[in-house]
Amino acid sequence: MKTICLYFEIHQNVHLKRYRFFEIGKDHYYFDDYENERGITETAERSYIPSIKTFIEMAKLYGKAFKVAFSISGCAIELLEQYAPEVIELLQELNETGCAEFLAEPYSHGLSSLANEAVFRDEVARQAKKMKELFGKKPTVLRNSSLIYSDDIGGLVADMGYKGMIAEGAKHILGWKSPHFVYHCAQNPSLKLLLRDYKLSDDISLRFNDASWNEFPLFADTYMDWIAQLPEEEKVINIFMELCALGIYQPLSSNILEFIKALPAVAKERGITFSFPSEIVSKSKSVAPMEVPYPMSWNDEERDTSCWLGNVMQREAFDKLYSVADRVLICKDRRITQDWDRIQASNNFRFMTTKNMGVGFYRGIYDSPYDAFTNYMNILGDFINRVNALYPLDIENDELNALLTTIRNQADEINVKDSEIGRLQARLQKYEPIEEKKQEKKEEPAKKAAPAKKAAKKETAKKADKPKKEAKPAKEAKPKKAAKK
Amino acid sequence: MKVLMFGWEYPPHVFGGLATANYGISQGLHALGDMDTMLCLPRPFGDEDRSACKIIAMNSVPIAWRDVNYDYVKQRVGNIMDPEDYFRYRDHLYADFNYMHVNDLGCMEFAGGYPSNLTEEINNYSIIAGVVARTEEFDIIHAHDWLTYPAGIHAKQVSGRPLVIHVHATDFDRSRGNVNPTVYGIERNGMDNADCIMCVSELTRQTVINHYGQDPAKCFAMHNAVYPLAPELQEIVDQRLPYKDRKEKVITFLGRITMQKGPEYFIEAAKRVLERTQNVRFCFAGSGDMMDKMIEMAAAYGIADRCHFPGFMKGKQVFEIFRDSDVYVMPSVSEPFGISPLEAMQSGVPSIISKQSGCGEILEKCIKTDYWDIEAMADAMYSLCTNPALHEYLQVEGKKEVDGITWEKVGERIRKLYDQCLAR
Repeated sequence: MKTICLYFEIHQNVHLKRYRFFEIGKDHYYFDDYENERGITETAERSYIPSIKTFIEMAKLYGKAFKVAFSISGCAIELLEQYAPEVIELLQELNETGCAEFLAEPYSHGLSSLANEAVFRDEVARQAKKMKELFGKKPTVLRNSSLIYSDDIGGLVADMGYKGMIAEGAKHILGWKSPHFVYHCAQNPSLKLLLRDYKLSDDISLRFNDASWNEFPLFADTYMDWIAQLPEEEKVINIFMELCALGIYQPLSSNILEFIKALPAVAKERGITFSFPSEIVSKSKSVAPMEVPYPMSWNDEERDTSCWLGNVMQREAFDKLYSVADRVLICKDRRITQDWDRIQASNNFRFMTTKNMGVGFYRGIYDSPYDAFTNYMNILGDFINRVNALYPLDIENDELNALLTTIRNQADEINVKDSEIGRLQARLQKYEPIEEKKQEKKEEPAKKAAPAKKAAKKETAKKADKPKKEAKPAKEAKPKKAAKK
Repeated sequence: MKVLMFGWEYPPHVFGGLATANYGISQGLHALGDMDTMLCLPRPFGDEDRSACKIIAMNSVPIAWRDVNYDYVKQRVGNIMDPEDYFRYRDHLYADFNYMHVNDLGCMEFAGGYPSNLTEEINNYSIIAGVVARTEEFDIIHAHDWLTYPAGIHAKQVSGRPLVIHVHATDFDRSRGNVNPTVYGIERNGMDNADCIMCVSELTRQTVINHYGQDPAKCFAMHNAVYPLAPELQEIVDQRLPYKDRKEKVITFLGRITMQKGPEYFIEAAKRVLERTQNVRFCFAGSGDMMDKMIEMAAAYGIADRCHFPGFMKGKQVFEIFRDSDVYVMPSVSEPFGISPLEAMQSGVPSIISKQSGCGEILEKCIKTDYWDIEAMADAMYSLCTNPALHEYLQVEGKKEVDGITWEKVGERIRKLYDQCLAR
């Protein structure tokens, strides 16, 4: 029995504003709020809301016979929460019907999988946590930004405990093989791979409303016939696209939602079911390992990473960005972390592409790749300065990490001692009217503890001034308290 | 196909951009093989390259009868014209011009270049064109820039052959809108009489359509090209130090320092860049009526120590400047084409050009900003000076791009338009 795996990407990048070099060091806000609000509300109104409403209707109509999967980037969630919370509510409603599954993906929709393992792990963990919060279930299948996949990434993802990953069924990787089987990662057989059928996916997302296409107009029956006519042993049909395809790339006036709505019924007639990625991953056996030595993606004709890292400017920006990755990971400043997520988004690199993208290529506020690069590098310049200002440059990351751990441990220790003192003082008060001399005795050990800590902190305090400030008031407050009593 | 071409200047005696363009076009046409070009110049020096076209010296074409012998003619003008031609032209006089200032050969002298009595010279040039047009046989007439339009019209009236005019600039570009009525009249008349108008860019084409009221169907954009660098110039350019060894970056403006070229925007942008960084110098190579004002402006902003005015550059010096520059900027307010960014890119200097420049239409690998958008211009300058990746990309790709823009291709396109014109 054949099964369809339907998956949609929800991602909107946070647009960067025009940032000139003379603002470096003066202005630390990088985003174009107007464009963000406009972009996300428009997308929500024209595409997300009508589509998700359709999915909810379908869920009610067909019950478990219809299943759909999504992945939402952290940036998109932030934007939706701020400007279009209705979309999240609708997704939650859809989730309650049990017909939706949510996948893990890097929080920023960035290229960290190609740059820094720790960043990638951290990002995925944060996004998965967010998914758990919003939809109550921890994802078991991962999809990387723009379906970037290579053997190394697969190995890493398997190591992170994910059971499956979705990727592009790129012709240059598959060769004569069919994407309609489950494969596994060449580095770790425990990670199953679902490969996108780009022909069937693009029929919907690219060609549906194209009057010059020889299959136009496409009906659900015809489409399902194509799937039914596939060879008997080809069981898994993976149809992956952006959610924007419904409503933006293909306008609602093309009746694309009616088409989608009809799919489960016509599938049933032909004995085809719908499945979640996680179901396929757990139920199906892999037929073969898939070797992908170089990263592939679902972008452009080349299906590789050339639209983000194709020219020297993009690579320079990429290297600069990830040169501070380890520092940012150590850092707990919320604004820095948020900016870090947002500037990592792969869209920022795409704006710098010098490939011939045809006439309709959207470059945001930029006129040219050089303009995009200049603006990005200005922002990155300011960002890196901020990160460098947090911790001195001459300390190695490892050493810094060790120091920060010491400081954190000491802070914990102080907290424990604080509570101990508090407890003792409370006790003391009980005895106060009875014995005044005892009070003085109790005070002594408390006082002793304080100078001891001071000495321990001195060397670390010198090197990291911020935690010092935090620690100091706590330390100073204590002896005073003790002295008062 | 025989072409009668009217030009004003020709290398190696360059007064403005027209000479290079004229040279390129005649070379491009020559490369086609079956083109025969006669180029009329007011005052050739005799050392011009005559491989691509036959040069007719207008100051040696008689307009009044003089009884002179062969040897005398040879001795007088032999260096610029074959005496046989002199006698051929003398057989085709069409009116008595003895009242004009003719010399002992019945010819008129030209000062050459752009003297103050330019309108008079233009008129003289067209009188002589009448004699040439009556003598020579040709299929089509091609007139370069407004100075030669009257001559073109005259030749058309005499021969009935179609007239193609080549608009290298209009007075709207030169004057920022305050046009000189005499010049406008000459330009307008030329365009009205032309069968085909070739403009050096789409920008110019639009000016011709909108400000001169021409039929869009007879106006075509015909972009200029560049010649590969001569070996001796390439040698100069190759002496460039690698990016990382160039501690001080040099940003160059090259051209006439006049209103049309937008030098004040360059200074404004320079000021903004220097507020941020100290290791950048700005070079104004050129001269012009706004030079003193620019020096004052730099001084008033307190950046005079970082702005340099080496004066007018020509020939080799231009490429020496390019060799020592890291960024080339052309902030022109209105530039019909602007060939110097192409030369800069050929020499491996990334360029920033204004969107109001015609050459931007055929260039992709350079940065384009509006001439008035000082912040964008400063940003681009800063970026090129601080981001080696961008500099490298534009340097390498820019050179590749410019190498693909050749006069041979322009020649082919001109030929196509000639054919269309003759078929009509």
